Amino acid sequence: MAYSEKVIDHYNNPRNVGSLDKGAEDVGTGLVGAPACGDVMKLQIRVSADGIIQDAKFKTFGCGSAIASSSLATEWIKGKSLNDAETIKNTMIAQHLALPPVKIHCSVLAEDAIKAAIADYRAKATAKAAE
Amino acid sequence: MSMQASVRETPERKDAAPGRNRPERPIYLDYQATTPMDRRVLDVMIPYFTEKFGNPHSRSHAYGWEAEEAVEKARAQIAHIIGADEREVIFTSGATESNNLAIKGVAQFYKDKRNHIVTLVTEHKCVLDTCRHLQEEGFAVTYLPVKQDGLVDLAELERAITEKTVLVSIMAVNNEIGVVQPLAEIGKLCRKKGAYFHTDCAQAVGKIPLDVEAMNIDLMSISGHKLYGPKGIGALYVRRRPRIRLQAMINGGGQERGMRSGTLPTPLCVGLGEACAIAEREMPEEAKRLTRLRDRFHGAIKEKLPEVYLNGSLENRIPGNLNLSFAYVEGESLILGINDLSVSSGSACTSASLEPSYVLRALGVDEAMAHTSLRIGFGRFTTEDEVDYAVKDIVEHVTKLRDMSPLWEMFQDGVDLKSIKWAAH
Repeated sequence: MAYSEKVIDHYNNPRNVGSLDKGAEDVGTGLVGAPACGDVMKLQIRVSADGIIQDAKFKTFGCGSAIASSSLATEWIKGKSLNDAETIKNTMIAQHLALPPVKIHCSVLAEDAIKAAIADYRAKATAKAAE
Repeated sequence: MSMQASVRETPERKDAAPGRNRPERPIYLDYQATTPMDRRVLDVMIPYFTEKFGNPHSRSHAYGWEAEEAVEKARAQIAHIIGADEREVIFTSGATESNNLAIKGVAQFYKDKRNHIVTLVTEHKCVLDTCRHLQEEGFAVTYLPVKQDGLVDLAELERAITEKTVLVSIMAVNNEIGVVQPLAEIGKLCRKKGAYFHTDCAQAVGKIPLDVEAMNIDLMSISGHKLYGPKGIGALYVRRRPRIRLQAMINGGGQERGMRSGTLPTPLCVGLGEACAIAEREMPEEAKRLTRLRDRFHGAIKEKLPEVYLNGSLENRIPGNLNLSFAYVEGESLILGINDLSVSSGSACTSASLEPSYVLRALGVDEAMAHTSLRIGFGRFTTEDEVDYAVKDIVEHVTKLRDMSPLWEMFQDGVDLKSIKWAAH
């Protein structure tokens, strides 16, 4: 099976692999997928006080397309506001990486991971504000 | 034919010394998928494509006679490696056809008396699909589970065979995990209970000793391209005493004693015969050599990587197979990384379904672990240098992918992955 050049590039040189401190107030963590399905993505964001994503990291268990989708996602959301990051759709990721139909779920997972990380950060911020 | 002895090599074998950079062509470690043809096999085939082109069924001239003689010699070579009589061997296009003919042929012929078939859930797709097809026609099929080591439970098999059972079809060697079923015990049981015993030996012939008499085998499927012979040829052993009857699937000129019509492809028959003769001659030494290579590979991997699990029995296994789960690393991504090696994945993530291997699932390997498995096959042209290169490549990429794996990180942090509520998707 042939992967696109962009997938291979992200697989060979993944951007932003790593972890942020899950417990930190300014970090949001999204963990999506399931080991039984063969894909798990962890995507983390560090958000500034004015709502800008300053840093993003990922770790992914999954095929080359899953790794590339999450790598690309971190690249795209860095420097964006939370609201802008939320507008990233799986179709944009799939199109950019030229994913074949059987790999579309990888891009869906990447979109879910972004949303989950943002939701986690917002839940923390709301809880902090309520204190 | 003086060049015959000098050409035992493949293009790959000298390219992959560990000190060098990348091999020119990927190192082939997928010998359960197919094998390269042995040059010695090709050499004996070539004249039958050109000057010795006769139809082996032509009875009126020398061209026919010489082709017939070659085909009959090949038939005897095939019979010899399984302890059969040459009149019990018929040629087919491959193991898929042999399996179809054995199972459908017996089922159809005896359907008025008995209509039940017993097989294993881990059989090759062509056996399972043939059985499903017969179910649609009204036959009853029992798909027996296997034990955790991949082997049939003989007590369970005995219970499954009834007076309505016409055929038990159990493979000798599994194509994914390489485990060897207890053929002699199965044969004995079938004989005792009065059911015919068919065994798919595509992965077994030339790898382990086989004897249709000692093992009470009634029908055996054989493949050419799994034992360094040509693709497009196979054989079916059909017992004569007591005589097993089959309904033919291909009708025509009545060749192969009416069980499989069609002009025999002389060069392919000759190739299969020679492949059997070479395998029979070299099996004892080759089995030792492959066991040594496999153990060297397995030992080095286990020494250098934690959390690697073997799927299927090690004791009851052909020398040239390993099926390993590299926990926390998805198999397809690993294959993408180790692109200097040609291996197969136990994960079926490449297909539209996200289901991992049904064979691994049948052993009770959980789905997450099944997604991390690779099948590594060693064979006649595998060298020690290739094995060492493969170890180095796999260790490097498993380590890299584990550093990238959230599951590995959680495992390192002592998180029980089963305690997490994963969202299924």
